[in-house]
Amino acid sequence: MTDILKIKTPLTDEVVSKLKSGDSVLITGVMYTGRDAAHKRMIDALNKGEKLPFDIQGQIIYYVGPSPAKPGKPIGSAGPTTSYRMDAYAPTLIKLGLKGMIGKGWRAKDVIDACIKYKAIYFGATGGAGALIARAIKKADIIAYDDLGPEAVRRIEVVDFPAIVINDAFGNDLYVKGVEQYKQTV
Amino acid sequence: MKMREINAKQITDAVSDLCMKANFDIPDDVIQVIKKAYQDEPSPQGKDVLKQIIDNDEIAHNEQVPMCQDTGLAVFFVELGQDAHITGGLLNDAINDGVRKGYKDGYLRKSTCNPFTRKNVGDNTPSIIHVEVVPGDKVKIIMAAKGGGSENMSRVMMMKPSDGLEGIKKYIIDRVRESGSNPCPPIIVGVGIGGTFERSALIAKKSLLRPLGTPNPDPELDKLEKELLTSINKLGIGPMGLGGRTTALAVHVIVEPCHIASLPLAVNIQCHSARHKEITI
Ligand code: SF4
Repeated sequence: MTDILKIKTPLTDEVVSKLKSGDSVLITGVMYTGRDAAHKRMIDALNKGEKLPFDIQGQIIYYVGPSPAKPGKPIGSAGPTTSYRMDAYAPTLIKLGLKGMIGKGWRAKDVIDACIKYKAIYFGATGGAGALIARAIKKADIIAYDDLGPEAVRRIEVVDFPAIVINDAFGNDLYVKGVEQYKQTV
Repeated sequence: MKMREINAKQITDAVSDLCMKANFDIPDDVIQVIKKAYQDEPSPQGKDVLKQIIDNDEIAHNEQVPMCQDTGLAVFFVELGQDAHITGGLLNDAINDGVRKGYKDGYLRKSTCNPFTRKNVGDNTPSIIHVEVVPGDKVKIIMAAKGGGSENMSRVMMMKPSDGLEGIKKYIIDRVRESGSNPCPPIIVGVGIGGTFERSALIAKKSLLRPLGTPNPDPELDKLEKELLTSINKLGIGPMGLGGRTTALAVHVIVEPCHIASLPLAVNIQCHSARHKEITI
């Protein structure tokens, strides 16, 4: 087991600067959910001069489309979705103050560059561990785009949400580093 | 010979149950291989991921909740005995009704949408149904919940006959390398070689249904599967792409004859959340 850092949202530049690719973290605080359709709508809204459905300063967006909550539960299963589909939208949001994204899978160069330039972090969570991750989510409320069903934007409150730093604000990439370390010649 | 009658309602109820069970209970053969990988994985971060997967699948089973929030498109392989007669409705309708019911009652995510507007259909239909007529008077229904993340990394490639086996191996390994962490490794790689364009994809998907840990019935293909698995696990991608030796749990290959001008190759990537259940009525 690697050392685990506990961090709180919203993320400050100070915290972001401390995080290094490969760090395991437990995140506590408020985060927002959004995936394909929600990102498209947020960017469309910005293009029309409208506001985002939440104040994005220092926030983390979790790329997830949860399954429906069973009665008495705040949320259903809630693991990450593949992030590259949000690459077209992420740099704009990072520029506006977004400090963290949680998903799975590699990011485009634009996104990685924006993380360096504006100090933001791309975290990975374990895909297919939706039942386990849901335990860290204590509350979930739909705050925008209700009609999108699983893709609606939710405000979630998390305690000790498990993630790992993939891309830090210094240009390091765990997907590259990790593979280098374990690659054998084929 | 008299036809055996099977009521459509019976199929609907069975399908509803299959959809839920498939999403709540990881197949035993899959979890056994993941547990073995957990023992063998040298990367600490890779080990952490495998532990999370094992814990997750246990929670899903105990609490009867979906192991992954992407509860998939519902894919069915139906083996319909030619002496069985479905009464009281159409087979496809009975299956789709079962999907509607199972995805609602099981609190499963509805993931079908219009390709252009992206508007969610709302009940996870239509499902993908492959029917094969077989001898006998029973109907066997296999349900697979296929998530988007790993399906998106799958490809069909019309290779040139001159590419040969070496070209095929290279294509498969490159596909896994380029997929990286996207399809939630450790993955199962389903390979279909031969047939036509669509047939290769179908047999690639079908190959994923073979229980993990069982050998390919053809010794030559068994050797090929093991060789590909070894090569893939040297890529270093590891669990969730964080680096490690467990990139794939298995490679399964099905080969069929093809046209003299063609060499169809399909690679269907399956994530560790390899969900399928079956019933025979
Ligand atoms: S690829 Fe599989 S495990 Fe990963 S999120 Fe999709 S369905 Fe779940």
